[in-house]
Parts: sequence; C-alpha cells; structure tokens
Amino acid sequence: MKIPSPPVNPENKPFFDAAREGKLLLGKCSACQELHYYPRAVCPFCSGKTELVAAKGTGKIYSYSVMRRVAEPYAIAYVTLDEGVTMLTNMVDCDLERLRIGDPVRLVFKAAEGGEMIPMFTQ
Amino acid sequence: MTIKGKACIAGAFEHPTRKAPDKSTAQLHAEVANGALANAGLDRKDVDGYFCAGDAPGLGALSMLDYLGLKVRHMDTTETGGSSYLVHVAHAAEAIATGRCNVALITLAGRPRSEGSSGTQPRNYGAAAPDAAFEVPYGAATVNMYAMVAMRHMHEFGTTGEQLAWIKVAASHHAQHNPNAMLREVVTVKDVLDSPMIADPLHRLDCCVVSDGGGALVVTRPEIARDLKRPVVRVIGAGEAMKGQAGGRIDLTWSASRWSGAVAFEEAGIKPADIQYVSIYDSFTITALMQLEDLGFCAKGAGGRFVADGGLISGSGRLPFNTDGGGLSNNHPGNRGGMTKVIEAVRQLRGEAHPAVQVKNCRLALANGTGGQLGSRHGSATLILERA
Repeated sequence: MKIPSPPVNPENKPFFDAAREGKLLLGKCSACQELHYYPRAVCPFCSGKTELVAAKGTGKIYSYSVMRRVAEPYAIAYVTLDEGVTMLTNMVDCDLERLRIGDPVRLVFKAAEGGEMIPMFTQ
Repeated sequence: MTIKGKACIAGAFEHPTRKAPDKSTAQLHAEVANGALANAGLDRKDVDGYFCAGDAPGLGALSMLDYLGLKVRHMDTTETGGSSYLVHVAHAAEAIATGRCNVALITLAGRPRSEGSSGTQPRNYGAAAPDAAFEVPYGAATVNMYAMVAMRHMHEFGTTGEQLAWIKVAASHHAQHNPNAMLREVVTVKDVLDSPMIADPLHRLDCCVVSDGGGALVVTRPEIARDLKRPVVRVIGAGEAMKGQAGGRIDLTWSASRWSGAVAFEEAGIKPADIQYVSIYDSFTITALMQLEDLGFCAKGAGGRFVADGGLISGSGRLPFNTDGGGLSNNHPGNRGGMTKVIEAVRQLRGEAHPAVQVKNCRLALANGTGGQLGSRHGSATLILERA
C-alpha cells in the first residue's frame, strides 16, 4: 500500500530524521517536563521550550477503524504509548479482523512514497 | 454583556437543489442570499453585515461581496468547518448588539456531489497545517476519523450498532415528508446494519449524504424583525468551543459541545429539558449521539438508549430532531451541515415545518453543529432560539 509522504518542514524534520534511524520521538517540555505528541517547538501545555525524547515503542490500541470501501482496506488507529501520550497511526502487518481496543502493540516503520520512514504499529 | 434577545433570525432559506453541475459555487451563494432576503422581506440594500466561511470561493468576504455587489460595514469570515454558520449567527448577534450592523447576511454553498467528493477520501488541510505530517501518511479520511469515535464509545459504554442505526431511522422518517430530501425512503434498523460497512463500525447508512446546494440566514435587530410580519425568532443563547488532540491527551468519549452547550444554556437561562426541538449535526450517526450526550439531553454514555426505539422521531419520540431529514437523509451542502441545522430550527419555531413533523407550539429550539473532525480536532457551536 502506498503511504503518502508527510509534508516535512524545519520544525518536524528532526522527527523524520530520527525515524530513519528507527526512533519514534515525543516532545518533552524543558520547563514543565510534560510529554506531548505530535512534537512541536513550543509546549502545548505551558508554552515552554521543548526537546525530543525517544519512546520505547510499545503501547495499547485506544481506538481503531478498518476502512473497507477502498481498493486496499487499511486500519487507522490511536495508540496510547506506555509513556502516556496517544498518537494517530496505522496498524500494519497483522490481522485487521482481530484488532481490539486495549491490545498491546509495538512499533514498526514503513517507508512512505518519498522514502520518509513512518511510525506504525503491529501486534 | 449578553446577546440574549439582542438579535433575531428574520430570514432562512435552503436551496432546493441537491445536484448543481451547471452552476458555480458563487452563483449558489447568490441564489441563497436572494432566497433568505426574500424570506425575511428585506432588500439587498438593507444588508450592512456579511458572514461567510471556508466554502466561499476566492478571498472570502472580499470575493463574495464584490461578486454579490453588496456594500457592508461589517464582515466576518470565521471558519470552524461545518459549525461556522452557527458561530456566524452568534457573531452577527454580537455585531448587532454593539451597533456594528443592523442586517447581517450569512451564506453557505458548495458542490461536493458534482465535484466527486467522498468521505472515504483522505482529508488534507494543506501542507502547512501543523498536524499534517502526523496525519497525511495514515490515510486519515472523514469517515474513519469519526468511526474511531464510535468504536471507542461502543467500547466504553456498550453502545451498539442498532442504537446508532435508530438515529438514521428517525432522520428517514422525517425525510419522507421533505420533497427536496435526497433520500426519502423510510429505512429500518436492519436496513442500516445491512448496508455496506464503510469504516468499522460505521455502515453506509450511518453516513450523511454528499449533496450540492446551500443556505442562507438573515439576522437583524428585534426592532426590525418585529416590523417584518413574520414570526419572530430570537437568539437567546450561544456558545462556541473547540477540542483537539490536546498534545496527545486524547479522549474521544466527549466533544466540544460539552463546552459550547454549557455556555449557551447558561446565557439562555434554561435547561435541556426545556427544549422542544433540536437540530443536531449528523454528519454520521455517532456525531449526533455525542452531541446529545454532551449537550446534556442524557447522561454521558446513555445516548444509545436515548435514541433507541424511535427516541428522536417527531410526534412519538422523546426529543424530535432534524425534522427536515438532516444530513443523513436530506441535505449536507458543501459537506457543511451547520446552516441547515439553523434553518430547520427556524422553520419549527415559525410553525413552518412539514405538518407531519411540526412540533406543536414550538417555542424553544436548539441548533448544534460540529465542524472539522470529531476524531482529531473539531469546533462546536450551540444556538438556543426562542419564538417571541
């Protein structure tokens, strides 16, 4: 399945650079210490400066939906990482008929059309 | 300062078309503008405020005012997706209350049906959207972003597909009386569940129609509205809010309507139980369910039981909703359902709904809209309207 490339910009480039090395980065505020996703330069909780920290790459399905009326069905999902933040993603390389909320999942990367590596999850 | 009683909806017009391959979007805006002014009994020269949202082609109010040939002293292009037009009514009331204008015209039009739009297409709000890089690769479309809300609601509260289907069943019962409705056939719960699965757990009949068309409203001050020889519909409460992904603290079990509704009820000084008719944005069945809960018509998680067994059918149900057939069966012009929600609420308060679905002596109505994506970031706007 073709994965559309993300629009990479100076702010999110470090995230996609790290993804090429197999790392999923979260935003962490240097002031309030809170984690956030998707990462951004200014903390959404306190407007402080942020840094990027690597996630372990494990979590649980918060919600999901299998898109049926397309050429190739695919599963969009929200996964709550063990670090506590929830991210939009796809479930891949697993039986889409057996997905359940609460299922444990682990990180994989898939290449987008432009070569960027995209964090996704499998079971 | 409050807008309570400071402004009235004097004109409301829904374009009768549902497919307009031979018209331009700007042309549809002009046609609904004329329709709403005629409905109000006002002239284009009376208009001194103009409101439009992201569906307006070109440079918003600048392009549209130039095209329409209108001269105004107040304009507002607030864009909150499908909820924009409810926000516009509230902002028009504020502008009227502060003397910025006397007669505000609000227009919406779009041709998604002619342009081949579908809710299964990935949504893209532009490469510069801060969230784009984290959503575009995943095939975030309209329907699957709402489907995840439904999936979570079912998980948390035991809501069933049958219960969601009742929302469509009620809409179809109402649409059979609307000659302009895109889908006039009465459907059953089984019909909904037997329709093709689009994105789990939403079936085709859980989804609204894709239609061309539009609508317009005229908002004016009470002194002017009283002279127009039409039933006077007063704006007595309004609220607007947005809810998003909150930096990854995502909770899909409730919507921004919890906030917009609370503000509107507080301003109006009434409670949900006082409302006799509701227009609730129904882009999908789950959208309506969430709003009914978040506005306080039932407890959180109890929406499935609230809508089941015909709970929303006018004449027999506990809370008549979307008596025009709503987005699910009637019309969803420009993929933006907020405008038609206000229009049907005005019809009900005027006593101009179809006799088969007219709420007897309807004095208090609520219109609610959401915009954007319930599963990621969305706006909500609530209007409480009263027949004077």
